[in-house]
Amino acid sequence: MRKISKPCGFHCVKIKDIGVSFGDQVILENINLHIHCGQLLAIIGRNGAGKSTLIKAILDDIPHTGTVEFKDVEDGKIQKIKIGYVPQTLNIEENSPMDVYDLICSFRFGHPIFMKSKKIYAEIKEALEEFEAGDLIDKQVGRLSGGELQRVLLSMAVMDNPNLLLLDEPVSGIDKNGMDLFYEKMEYLKHNYDMSIVVVSHDLDYVAKYADQVVLIDKEVMAEGTVKEVYNSPEFKNVFGNTQFDISTSSNSTHIYDVDSAKRHVHRRVVEEEQTPFEAGYKGRKEQE
Amino acid sequence: MAGYFSEIFRYDFMIRAFVAILVITPLFGMLGTMIVHRKMAYFSDALGHSALTGIAIGVVCGIADTSLSMVIFAVVFAFLLNQINRKRLVATDTLISVFASCSTAIGLAILSFGGNFSKYSALLVGDILSITSREIIYLMVIFVGTLVFWFLAINKLNAISVNPTLAKSTNISVRVIEDVFAIIIALVVTLSIKWIGILLINALLILPAASARNISMNMREYHGYAIIFSVFSGVIGLVMSYFNNVATGPMIVIIASVIYFATYIYGRKRR
Repeated sequence: MRKISKPCGFHCVKIKDIGVSFGDQVILENINLHIHCGQLLAIIGRNGAGKSTLIKAILDDIPHTGTVEFKDVEDGKIQKIKIGYVPQTLNIEENSPMDVYDLICSFRFGHPIFMKSKKIYAEIKEALEEFEAGDLIDKQVGRLSGGELQRVLLSMAVMDNPNLLLLDEPVSGIDKNGMDLFYEKMEYLKHNYDMSIVVVSHDLDYVAKYADQVVLIDKEVMAEGTVKEVYNSPEFKNVFGNTQFDISTSSNSTHIYDVDSAKRHVHRRVVEEEQTPFEAGYKGRKEQE
Repeated sequence: MAGYFSEIFRYDFMIRAFVAILVITPLFGMLGTMIVHRKMAYFSDALGHSALTGIAIGVVCGIADTSLSMVIFAVVFAFLLNQINRKRLVATDTLISVFASCSTAIGLAILSFGGNFSKYSALLVGDILSITSREIIYLMVIFVGTLVFWFLAINKLNAISVNPTLAKSTNISVRVIEDVFAIIIALVVTLSIKWIGILLINALLILPAASARNISMNMREYHGYAIIFSVFSGVIGLVMSYFNNVATGPMIVIIASVIYFATYIYGRKRR
């Protein structure tokens, strides 16, 4: 596995003019994003804003306009991009006869999964160990917890040394510890691999804490910039409530990451007038760190 | 026991049937694993039913060898189903049901024209004892072809079933693999339908894999058990049908079903 100590900062991924429409219905238009290696960009937006559609367009899974370019800034060369993708869920039943070895082997190796290869087994185990998932290799994929599955998928995505890591953060099945571990791993990747990271996130607290850049989308880019810039923008308040978003209070509350509570979470911010303005909360948090 | 076997193998037709079983059952066990895994049980069932229409078309067009029209129709049918399925406009099971009932009805209508259906009713239950050496060779060719496909594409098939978007992002040609797999199922089903029968062919595809699923933790076990169960039901079914004088196809399926229930109970206890 090619691992470097630091991202070089000279590679960038340019997402140019992405547009998606089904028939007359425009889902996304004029999406332009620009990400450097070693950076984490978070995509946020209300339900149905087109976040997952954007991921699918970047992956070239659905018909779209626009391009994804991978460029070496130093010499200006455009290279072929390698994308690592971590989906929200897998289509696997609980008793599916597939262990983690089978899962990774079928995506990453040509050796048929009905015959075991010791060499590949060792390679997969090594990749899993980087994400504290080495013990899971013989476990059935359908019986993994949400956090375990995410670590497995992450090791699989990173194995191939992608230039761009795309993550669709799951909205359910991961507890707070799992989320913390997940974002700590993102930090680790940012500093130890030469790649750009794009996360579609449903949790504004984690975005505030870990993202270098934030993009708020709703059919098009509504606001972009640093966490501070976006969270203070009128567009952000339009989507997530007119009240000030307070990080320090909300991050102390209990999180259950399912869709409904995520909605309630956002909804509560709208209904309850929180006392501390976002700005103060954000600064307070920074000072704590 | 040895006496029993020497009695069976006194007859050439029994030897041929035995060889045919040894070719068909591992093939079915193997294909079944991915049919069940990819939730295509309805699909293979519909393909079996489409055989009737294929033969009917052959009869109408005056083709001497109706197997040919049957194979061609099944391949086209499989391909079309895949295309429509990709549009994701209708639920897959509904769509397949519509296709299957429609083609069965057309087949039955044409074949029963003038009260001639009894000529074709053997197709419904099949007769493995009537297989010729030449037909066994056809089966072997298909078996080898499927084996090659299996070695090359099993990982990709599994990846697509897990998450098609993720599979596509790792440069797997989802459409090609899916189409080739569907066509292979169509070929295997139509080429063996004469011996297993329309009513039972899907059972033989699904049961061994479903049984293996009850007790397997990974793909090695899944494939191993599916093939063992399939061959075991085939051989024992053939021998038992000989001594009890019942049709071979149903006997094989009865044994495969018994294995299914046994593994189901065993699998539940273990968990």
